[in-house]
Amino acid sequence: MATEESYPEDLRYHPEHDWARIEGDQATFGITWYAQDSLGDVVFFDPPEVGATIAKDEPYTEVESVKAVSDVIAPLSGEILEVNDEAGTNPELINTDPYGQGWMVKVKLTDTSEVEALLDADGYRELIAE
Amino acid sequence: MTAELRRTPLYDEHVAAGGRLVPFAGWEMPVQYEGVAAEHAAVRERAGMFDVSHMGQIGTRGPDAAAFLQHVVSNDVDKLAPGGAQYSCLCADDGGIVDDLFSYELEGWIADYLTVSNAANHETDLARFRELAVGFDVEVVDLAPDFAMLAVQGPEARAAVAGLASSDLPPRMRTATLAVAGAEALVCGTGYTGEDGVEIMVAPEDAPALWRALLASGVTPCGLGARDTLRLEVCFHLHGNDMGPDRNPIEAGLGWCCKEETGFAGSEAVAAARAEGTAERLAAFVITDRGIPREGNPILDGEDRVGTVTSGTFSPSLGIGIGMGYVRSDLAEPGTAVAIDVRGRRREAEIRSKPLYAGN
Repeated sequence: MATEESYPEDLRYHPEHDWARIEGDQATFGITWYAQDSLGDVVFFDPPEVGATIAKDEPYTEVESVKAVSDVIAPLSGEILEVNDEAGTNPELINTDPYGQGWMVKVKLTDTSEVEALLDADGYRELIAE
Repeated sequence: MTAELRRTPLYDEHVAAGGRLVPFAGWEMPVQYEGVAAEHAAVRERAGMFDVSHMGQIGTRGPDAAAFLQHVVSNDVDKLAPGGAQYSCLCADDGGIVDDLFSYELEGWIADYLTVSNAANHETDLARFRELAVGFDVEVVDLAPDFAMLAVQGPEARAAVAGLASSDLPPRMRTATLAVAGAEALVCGTGYTGEDGVEIMVAPEDAPALWRALLASGVTPCGLGARDTLRLEVCFHLHGNDMGPDRNPIEAGLGWCCKEETGFAGSEAVAAARAEGTAERLAAFVITDRGIPREGNPILDGEDRVGTVTSGTFSPSLGIGIGMGYVRSDLAEPGTAVAIDVRGRRREAEIRSKPLYAGN
């Protein structure tokens, strides 16, 4: 498996172990290092449909390790603009590069004020240390 | 569900090796160390070791030991020679599978026969053995506290163990007592991975040194995660998933280890199931499009539900979703197209002959 534990400072975090990289009224979503480490080897990721509407705190896709299926929770609400088909073909990217090539979807945000409810990197580190 | 979890004598070794410990059948067991895929590959390509000390051992001894075991287990114990190993079912009177077992005929060591049980069923098995012992001059002994057990599996497993052994290892489906890493051990040419290898039973206090010696020989620690993917690729049954007291050996595809002419307990029901056929049969399948089947997923023929997945996973060796499940008997033939309802998504699948993975 891959990569050192990290929680980049430029991301915002949802307590269900998802990250969002916010750029204006758009954002990229993925799962955190902690999430991929808990899952183990990711072997299946079926990207959702472009154009689908997703709601904050609700599952928008699934990711599977050898052992188990896990829902992926939307950190923010919006409409899917783009999905990472590369991670669908090579799901191990979610383990090896969770904040880079292992991204899942790009979203047009419905309400940028939702960002205020997310954690920063320090807040998320405290959460998982509990 | 808050009962105290038991720990094997290798608990500290698992922690030291970075094992991720989870509750399993009342025990705290490692599900993985480095990762399921790497551990799976280690067993298919080199050598891996599994702590299976949670499994139980039942000793049978006394003048009637052979006749008694013949009455208890489904296989023909007369075919078992000293130093031999045999797989069988332990059946209820109605033919339901109480457990699946490996029995070893020992040569004057601790008992006449030693039978290995599944952790979750050990107490039930012991009760069944004792219930059936009435009228036999035999002693049924719970030997589980006396043994730790390590499975060393893979193409290089025998070489790794042989390097620590005082004499030759027993061949496949045979057993021998010898010293391994200085400890008195019962070594058996058996396993649950489809690879060559051995299972080693030692006194609990000798297990950590044996583990460390194997580790130093380059054997990879493997957890329950890899144990499950390895066994499912070769279609070995998991009791509690792929069969149980509600299934008889015929529908479970275990008729080959049932010899009803021996008159074992439950043999009449098994003979009837064999003669009449069963409504459902356990079949192996692969997903032919994307997706991973999981236990409990419905199996479909067209739109009709015709069965249920009992074990499903991603096969690291084949790179696809695989599984086993009970289907209507007329659909259990290899080549039959079915579909699996994976959480509301239809995934096309095909029934395949067992095993699903047949080696390199």
